[in-house]
Amino acid sequence: MTKHYSALSLVKEGLRGQKGWVPAWTSPQPKPRYDVVIVGGGGHGLATAYYLAKTHGITNVAVIEKGWLGGGNTGRNTTVVRSNYFFPESVRLYDMALKLYEGLSRELNYNIMLSQRGMISLAHTPAEMEMAARVVNAMQINGTDAELFGPEDVRRVVPIYNFGPKARYPALGGVWQGRSGTARHDAVAWGYARAASALGVDILQQCEVQEFIVEGGRCRGVKTSRGEIRADRVGLAVAGHSGQMAAKAGFRLPITSYALQACVSEPVKPILDTVVLAPGAGTYASQSDKGEMVVGGGLDRIPSYGQRGNLPVLETVISGLLEMFPSFRQLKLMRQWAGIVDVVPDSSPIIGESPLPGLFLNCGWGTGGFKAIPAGGTLLAHLLATGQHHDISRPFDLDRFARGRLIDEAAGSGIAH
Amino acid sequence: MQIFSCPFCGSRPEYEFHFGGDLGNHRPEGFEAVPDREWADYLYFRNNPKGTAREVWMHLTCGEMFSMTRDTVTMAAAPGETLTEGQP
Repeated sequence: MTKHYSALSLVKEGLRGQKGWVPAWTSPQPKPRYDVVIVGGGGHGLATAYYLAKTHGITNVAVIEKGWLGGGNTGRNTTVVRSNYFFPESVRLYDMALKLYEGLSRELNYNIMLSQRGMISLAHTPAEMEMAARVVNAMQINGTDAELFGPEDVRRVVPIYNFGPKARYPALGGVWQGRSGTARHDAVAWGYARAASALGVDILQQCEVQEFIVEGGRCRGVKTSRGEIRADRVGLAVAGHSGQMAAKAGFRLPITSYALQACVSEPVKPILDTVVLAPGAGTYASQSDKGEMVVGGGLDRIPSYGQRGNLPVLETVISGLLEMFPSFRQLKLMRQWAGIVDVVPDSSPIIGESPLPGLFLNCGWGTGGFKAIPAGGTLLAHLLATGQHHDISRPFDLDRFARGRLIDEAAGSGIAH
Repeated sequence: MQIFSCPFCGSRPEYEFHFGGDLGNHRPEGFEAVPDREWADYLYFRNNPKGTAREVWMHLTCGEMFSMTRDTVTMAAAPGETLTEGQP
């Protein structure tokens, strides 16, 4: 029986005909009662289960997933991790995630293929350069790494960018964060699932939540397609479907669900070794380890629960990509897809107890949930274990909308949505 | 490309339209007397239904707002209807 992953265990199993490997996680039958139930088997839900078991010693936990693990936005994003935000609250949150990502492969004994290749968010005009300097200053004051790049720096890290005299989106410089990069998205879900399962967490796939059990004004569990499952605390980590779950629980959220598209090209030889965002083009790209160009852009403009995109936005993204990299004109696209993201008016997540006591929220990550998985898991686990906010999650409580204490990152760091 | 139907101009491509929120999300009356929670509900909280949605849209080309019934999963959209006094 080989459970630990290492070069040595690979050699040993190779000699034994690969017969000793065990499944990465178990698939038990649902129990009628758990201490904590987490709805949503994506990165955030699985990370929450792992940290509940690891940090808080709560192992009588179930993760409920209506489809398969990491089949939602965890498997549909463009794998970028970064913490280049403006407000102190946001930097604390996203830098917590990035720091945890930096140690995650070792902690989980699962290679998440973190590649801190750096990210450049370009500035196309002198006014945008002023804004870039402002963001860099804010990031440095908030204690994360940031550097203001000039045109020569951009030329050094992205030599294939369109520097021609007729370039529609000239690169005057931009915000560089060297610790940004990419990670293997599926591996993050699978690594957390394996580690949580090893600590005793039940992972229940093909199990859809139909309604919440409410008794005495509190959430006491869920009714699922595989029977009733009771728990005194329930966590919700369902991204684009948060609004729909909230409707089942009897409240509304400040969330609108949109499709966010991405696409990959055929694999080519290494040509781009960093992540490039050109705000003017509305497009960002990186090259995967397999050689595919992974390309993303802005939201579709029509609220949607259909996990597929529409052509107008894809056209904008692709034409933006070709403005950035004219050499990609002959590149063939291999796949295009969409995930349903939970967009909040201030572009910041919602973490905290819901209006239904006993039901706790981790949602509203919008277009940027993947990069935040380790922090989202840590903070929701803290809430579920203690009933109290972690210092880092408190500003992101649902009450910020009534208090008028929004954390408007669309205005702060200029994220597009 | 999705085609929506403006009640004044007829069928037009989706990029001529702008989403205007839930139908029936009326501004609370009473200004100072309106509690914070109610303002927040009006300003930020959304129905966000999966399936049939009743929404307000604007046709940017003619500048008119109208109501539309749409399915947020299949994306089927009924022709837009004019907004009338006393509508929910």
